[in-house]
Order: sequence, then structure tokens, then C-alpha cells
Amino acid sequence: MEFQDPAFLSRILTLLTLSFHILYATIGVGVPLMIMIAQWVGIKKKDEHYILMARRWARGFVITVAVGVVTGTAIGLQLSLLWPNFMQLAGNVIALPLFMEVFAFFFEAIFLGIYLYTWDRFEDQRKHFLLLIPVALGAAASSVFITIVNAFMNQPQGFEILNGEMVNVSPLLAMFSPAVPTKVAHVMATAFMTSAFLLASIAAFRMLRGSTHIYHKKALFLTMKLALVFSVATALIGDFSGKYLAEYQPEKLAAAEWHFETEEDAGLVMFGVLDGEEVKYAIKIPYALSILAHSNPFAEVTGLNEFPEDEIPPLWIHYLFDTMVTIGMWLAFFSFVYVVAAWRNWSFIRTKWFRWLTVAGGPLALVAIEAGWWFTEVGRQPWILRGHMKIDEAATTSGHVDLMIVLFAGLYLILGIGTVVVLSRMYRRNPVEKELAARENGKGGEEE
Amino acid sequence: MTLEIIGISVLWLFLFLYVIVASIDFGAGFFNAYSSFVGKQHILTGVIQRYLSPVWEVTNVFFVFFFVGIIGFFPQTAFYYGTTLLVPASLALILLAIRGSYYAFATYGAKINHRGYIYMYGLSGLLLPAALSPVLAMSEGGFIQLDNGQPYLDYWALFTSPLMWSIVVLSLTAVLYISSVFLTWYSSKAGDAKATDLMRKYALVWAAPAIVTATGIIYELRGHNPEHYARILDLWWAFALSFLLFAGTVYLIWKKRHYGWAFILLMGQFFTAFFAYGASHYPYLLYPYLTIYDSFTNEAMAIALIIAFIAGLFLLLPSLYLLFRLFLFDKDYVEGKSDYHA
Ligand code: HDD
Ligand code: HEM
Ligand code: HEM
Repeated sequence: MEFQDPAFLSRILTLLTLSFHILYATIGVGVPLMIMIAQWVGIKKKDEHYILMARRWARGFVITVAVGVVTGTAIGLQLSLLWPNFMQLAGNVIALPLFMEVFAFFFEAIFLGIYLYTWDRFEDQRKHFLLLIPVALGAAASSVFITIVNAFMNQPQGFEILNGEMVNVSPLLAMFSPAVPTKVAHVMATAFMTSAFLLASIAAFRMLRGSTHIYHKKALFLTMKLALVFSVATALIGDFSGKYLAEYQPEKLAAAEWHFETEEDAGLVMFGVLDGEEVKYAIKIPYALSILAHSNPFAEVTGLNEFPEDEIPPLWIHYLFDTMVTIGMWLAFFSFVYVVAAWRNWSFIRTKWFRWLTVAGGPLALVAIEAGWWFTEVGRQPWILRGHMKIDEAATTSGHVDLMIVLFAGLYLILGIGTVVVLSRMYRRNPVEKELAARENGKGGEEE
Repeated sequence: MTLEIIGISVLWLFLFLYVIVASIDFGAGFFNAYSSFVGKQHILTGVIQRYLSPVWEVTNVFFVFFFVGIIGFFPQTAFYYGTTLLVPASLALILLAIRGSYYAFATYGAKINHRGYIYMYGLSGLLLPAALSPVLAMSEGGFIQLDNGQPYLDYWALFTSPLMWSIVVLSLTAVLYISSVFLTWYSSKAGDAKATDLMRKYALVWAAPAIVTATGIIYELRGHNPEHYARILDLWWAFALSFLLFAGTVYLIWKKRHYGWAFILLMGQFFTAFFAYGASHYPYLLYPYLTIYDSFTNEAMAIALIIAFIAGLFLLLPSLYLLFRLFLFDKDYVEGKSDYHA
């Protein structure tokens, strides 16, 4: 029965498209900053290696952006195709940031085109560097605006509902819902963190494959330092996000923590399984939930008992939360160890197993991104617009969603495989060593 | 001027811009595939890579602008069109994805120049207008019905409608015509005599079908939507002007003169026809259910959107100017003397 329900099918398709888009979008937000930093360091230190790093990253970046644009266009249109009732209602209040996002896309797309096709066109390297700033700003702005929309869905404000109509609408108030600060900051920090770990993975992988060029060492050290900075920021802001939840969406936090009764001195539950309302095999960290929620080990934390049965989010979001937090803690710890060891010149970071751990960092960060988004979105259930509209009321009535799921699943599969194949081919055909040698002979970088 | 009119004019303008830039993009892909098919490959490939690759993402944003903007200004369209367009719009998305991935994988990336891919890319350029243009037919009414208050699309009526098919044929001929006129100009600027010659021939071939199908639609409307037809007749002078501009383009191309002007006249032709058509459609977004007045957003949002739009233009226009200066008007770049790709 469920498999004919358009609302259920729309959820599946939304999940599919967003989960795919968010991987590319995260790279799209984070990597321009990394390219900027590398190019800047290169110009400052007059070190060709960093400039080449920026250039090679930019080449790969074009490909992920293109897929990001394609999938972004899909989700943008699908919002209206799959959730027409929601868009009709919410469009009245939250259309402003969506509209502003389009200008951010324009800005990013225009300057990205210019940046990519003007390498070496300017005498002064710094001029070319300047072109990257609008790219990074545009990408960051588009993620800010879309996250504002998502914040509004979690904590809507700026309107009143009278007989099913929205009245007294204030677009600005709607844009600045209390969910915005933590959400935007966390999303940005995680995008930078993930991009840094991904680039570090690539460098570590090249070294495992026997490449000993100093270029890779420089790349790895630079990206791991950035990864450390942003993973600490991520954990800190994540803690603020927990406090936001405790205040505004306590049911999400309580469901994530299997916190059934309102109580003081609440402990944090890690892992475990649920047997009825009984938590088994879990690691309990005393007072930690009270600290996460209110910065006070003795504070009272709202439990699930305060909410009507049919407004409690699914309890399996606990595992999503655990996955995200565990990966976050691990990556912060790991990059800390790496940076300290590299600085003190300890040799274990050059061992094979440690390199493999570094390679794992990038994919792990992507897993945390997925877990984080699934956690926020599933944790908002059953609401699409918290407190105002439920999922079932929002969905399309069209009977063809199932077919579309098959179609888009096939598309994403091809795009995903294509990205990996094309990226690895591109770098394998033109490894750093070859490119550096070619540059020294004054031939420029590309083979063709 | 009311807020509603401002809103729809802004959207219509961006849709017009999308039609022009997307037609260039779609048509170029088709000509490229066609010339590869008949063994004249590489005449166009260079032109396509130099002009289209840096700008296709910008082209795509025009499309995003339109559908985000229409939901913003006229949220009720989401209800009527969102539900009914699921299948055609999803197909269009898949086709757009083929094009995007061609740029990503074949021109920037590993240079996979597999023939099958070139054909798919070319074919998607024809299928896309065919997938998108039926929306114009739907807006004329008679295809979207209400059942228990829920809109649904009557596929049978749509697929057997001569109006729908003539709009599809028009969109195809227009894409090929617009694109070949533009590429004639671009290749002549690039000093590529072979490509200019080829594109000029295509432009002349597609001119007549474009104008004949456009007239055909007006004729079809007479039967399908008399109210709209009558309003078109009231605006006959605009369509006549559009025809004169069309004749000017064809004359210049025929005489092998002033290709830049030929393209400007073509823009004028489509601009007048597009706006005259839009004005005659007023005030309906969907006959007979939806007008721009009853689907309009609240005043506060409308004002906020217009302010954001004006602020956005200050950002957009200089950037677009820079883009075109570098890739359309820069002599060395257009002639392919310099390649600065990352
Ligand atoms: C690399 C990815 C990543 C990592 C390592 C973390 N997070 Fe996270 N988290 C996200 C990626 C993410 C995200 C994808 O960016 C989310 C989903 C939606 C959002 O606003 O941010 C998110 C949401 C999110 C929320 C929900 C906010 C809401 O629903 O409004 C909380 C409470 C946390 N995070 C807390 C943490 C904590 C305490 C972490 C400890 C280190 C942590 N996150 C690491
Ligand atoms: C305008 C903004 C958005 C709308 C209208 C929207 C709507 C929805 C809806 C209706 C669902 C289905 C709920 C469900 O299946 O439980 C969903 C799920 C999801 N959304 Fe959002 N969302 C928006 C923003 C975002 C953003 C910015 C992201 C981040 C990438 C995101 C990530 C997800 C994920 C991962 C799911 C899957 C979870 C699930 O299926 O339960 N959403 N979204
Ligand atoms: C409901 C959620 C979302 C919608 C409707 C959406 C919509 C879009 C659209 C329409 C595009 C294509 C723009 C173009 O044509 O250039 C796009 C690309 C992009 N999106 Fe999303 N998006 C969503 C979620 C997100 C999230 C959560 C982020 C960031 C955290 C994000 C960041 C980006 C970026 C940076 C791009 C530019 C392409 C790239 O660099 O990969 N988007 N998005």
C-alpha cells in the first residue's frame, strides 16, 4: 500500500536527489576556499607547487560543479513537482531567499567560467586570484540562502495563518528564524572541513601509490592543517546546534538521544539498541546530555513524554546522530594527531596504515554530511513545515512518481560513476610529475 | 503599473533571454552532431568548445531563475503546474543532465569524445525544446483539468492536439534558426570561413520553416482558444513588425553582410513576437483557472522580491558584461589564438 502512496514515493525521490546533490554541493561550497588558500600561499611564497595545486584542484572542481548544477536544477524543480502544496503555501513566505539564491548562482557560474578560462591570461597572478573571490562568495552565499530555507522549515516564523491563508507576512522575519545562526555556521564549517579532508585523501592516496614528490607532502600538510581548524569549528558549532535543538526543537534532540522522560542530570546515550523504551548495550556518558543541551550538567532536558504520540520523530535518527558525532570527534582527533606529529617530525605518520587512515578521512566526512542531513530532515518528521503542515498534506497527487524514481536513480548512478571515472582518468593521464616537468620545459600544463 | 505586471514582465524577460541563449546552446549541439554524422566533424567543435563551455552554466541559471521566480511571484502556479508537469519536467531534467554531463565529462574532463555521446548530446538539444514547449500549449487551457479539486493532465487530449504539435515544431525550427544565425556570426568573427559558410547555409534553410510554423500556431489558436486568438489579432501590428525584422535578418544573411546586425535583428524579431504573445495571453497563466491576479503572492513578498531583483541586477549586469567581453568580444579568444583553460 505504501508503495502507491505519492507522499511516501515523493519522500523517496526527494531523499534520493538531495542525498546525491548534497555531496556535490558540499564540495562546491568548500573547494573554492581551498583553491583560494593554495593559490594565495603560492603567490605569497612564490612557490610554483601551490599554484599548480590550485590549478589542478580547479580542474577537478569544474567537473563536480557541473554535476552539482545538474542535480541542483533537478532538486529545485522537484520541490515544486513533488511538494506543490508546500511550495504554494511556503512560497508566500520564504520565496525571498530562494530568489536571492539564484543571483548567487549567477554570480558563481559567471566568475567560475571566467576564472577557468583565464589561467595565465593576466600578467599579474594576483588579478587572476581576485576572480576566485566571487566564485567562493557565490558558492557560500547559495549555501547560506538554501540553508535559510531549511531553517525556516524547522522553525517557521514571520507569518500568521488565518483560515488556511498566510497573512501578515514578513519576508525578512521569516528569513531570520532562530534556527539560522547555528545551521548556517555548521553547514559552512562542515563543507570546508569535508573539502579539506577530501583533498587530503587524494594526496595521501597518491603517496600510497608510490609518488614521492614534495608536491604531495605540501598538499597533505596544508589540507590537514585546514582540516584541523574546520573540524574543531564543526564540533564547537555542533555543540551550539545541540543547544538550539534543546530550546526550539526538543523533540528532535530527545528522539536522537532516546530521552523518554523529562529529567535533570541527563546522560548522553551513544550507540546501543532499543527494546521498547529500554536502552540496551549503550555507552552512557553521565551528565553529557544536560551539558550538550544547556551547558550545565544538572540542567533539565525535555523528554519525549511531553509530546503527542503522532508528533514524535522516528527513533532511528539516534544512529544518524551517533554516526555524525562519532565521525566528527574522530576526524578532529585524527587531524590534531597528524598536525602535531608532522610538526614534531614523528615518523609514524609516514607509515602505510596511517596513510590509509588519512585516505579514509574524506569519505568519512561525506558519510557524516549525509548522516547530518538525514538526521535534521527525518528528525523533523512528521512535519514538512514544523507545527503547520505535515508531509502527507504537502505531497503531489500524481500517480507517476514511482517511474520517476527509477529514472532519476539511473541518472544519478550514471553521473556518480561518470564523475569518478572522469576524475581519476584526468589525473592519471596527467600526473603532477609529468605536468611539472612539462612546465619546466616551458610547454604549459595540458597535454593537448 | 501594478506589482503583478512588474512580476510577470520580469519573468517573461528572463524567459525570453533563456529562449535565446538556450536555443544557441541546443542548436549548436545538434549541428555538431549532424556534421559529425555526415563526416564534416571538427568544423564546429572548436567554436562550440570556445563559446559554449564557459557559458553553459550561466545559461542554465536563466532557467532556474524562471522557475524559482514564478513560484516566488505566483505561488499558486506550484499547485497547478507542479502536479501536472511531473512527467514532462522530469524528462526535461534528464535531458538537461545529459547536456551538463557532456560539458563536464567530454569537454572539460577526460575528453571522452565517443561518437555515441556526441549524438546523445546533439539529440538532447532537439528533445529539450520538444519536452519544454508543450507547457505553452497547456497554458492555453483544455489539457489541465480538475478532478475533486486536484489538477491532472489529460495526456490523450494533449498528444492528439494539433496546437501542441505545432508549438513543438515551432520550438524546433526556432532553435535551429536562432542558433544557426548566431553561429554564422560567431564563426565569421572567428575568421573561420568554412564554419561560416556551413552555418549560413543552415540559417537560410531554417528561416522559412520557422516563420511558417509560427504562423501555423496563430491559425491553430483560432480553433482552440478564440479568446486568445482575438487578442492576438488586436496586436497584429507587433507581429507585423516582428515579420519585418525577420525579413531583415534573412536579407543580410542572404547578402553575406553584417552578420552581427542580422543577429540583432533576429533578437528583435523574437523579442517583439514573444512579448506580443505574452501580452495577448494576459491576464491568464493558465486558461481558465489561473490569472496573474488571483495567483499573486502577498504585497510584502512582492516588494521584497522586486527589491532583491533590482539589487541582483546591479551584481548581474556588470558580471555578464565582463563575461561577454572576455568570451564573445575578445578577438584573440574568439579566433582561438589563446587557450587559457585551467
Ligand atoms: C562533516 C560533517 C559533520 C560533522 C563531522 C558533524 N556534523 Fe553536525 N551536521 C552536519 C554535518 C556534520 C550537517 C550536514 O551540516 C547538518 C545537517 C543539517 C544542518 O544544519 O547541518 C548537521 C546537523 C547537526 C545538528 C542538528 C541541527 C538541526 O537540526 O537544526 C546537530 C545538533 C549537530 N549537527 C551536532 C553535531 C555535533 C555535536 C558534532 C560533533 C562533532 C557534529 N554535529 C559533527
Ligand atoms: C526548500 C528546502 C527543502 C524542502 C522543501 C525539503 C523538503 C523535504 C521533504 C518533504 C523531505 C521528505 C521528508 C522525509 O522523507 O522524511 C525531505 C527529506 C530530506 N531532505 Fe529536505 N527539504 C529542503 C531542504 C533540504 C536541504 C537544504 C537539504 C540538504 C541537502 C535537505 C536534505 C534532505 C534529506 C537528506 C532528506 C532525506 C530524509 C528523509 O527522507 O527522511 N533538505 N526534504
Ligand atoms: C532543497 C535544497 C536545495 C535546492 C532546491 C538547491 C538548488 C540548487 C540549484 C537549482 C542549483 C543549480 C544552480 C545552477 O544552475 O547553477 C544548485 C547548485 C548548487 N547548490 Fe544546491 N540546492 C539545495 C541544497 C543545497 C545545499 C544544502 C547546499 C550547500 C550546503 C547547496 C549548495 C549548492 C551549490 C554550492 C551549488 C552550485 C553548484 C556547485 O558548486 O556544485 N545546495 N542547487
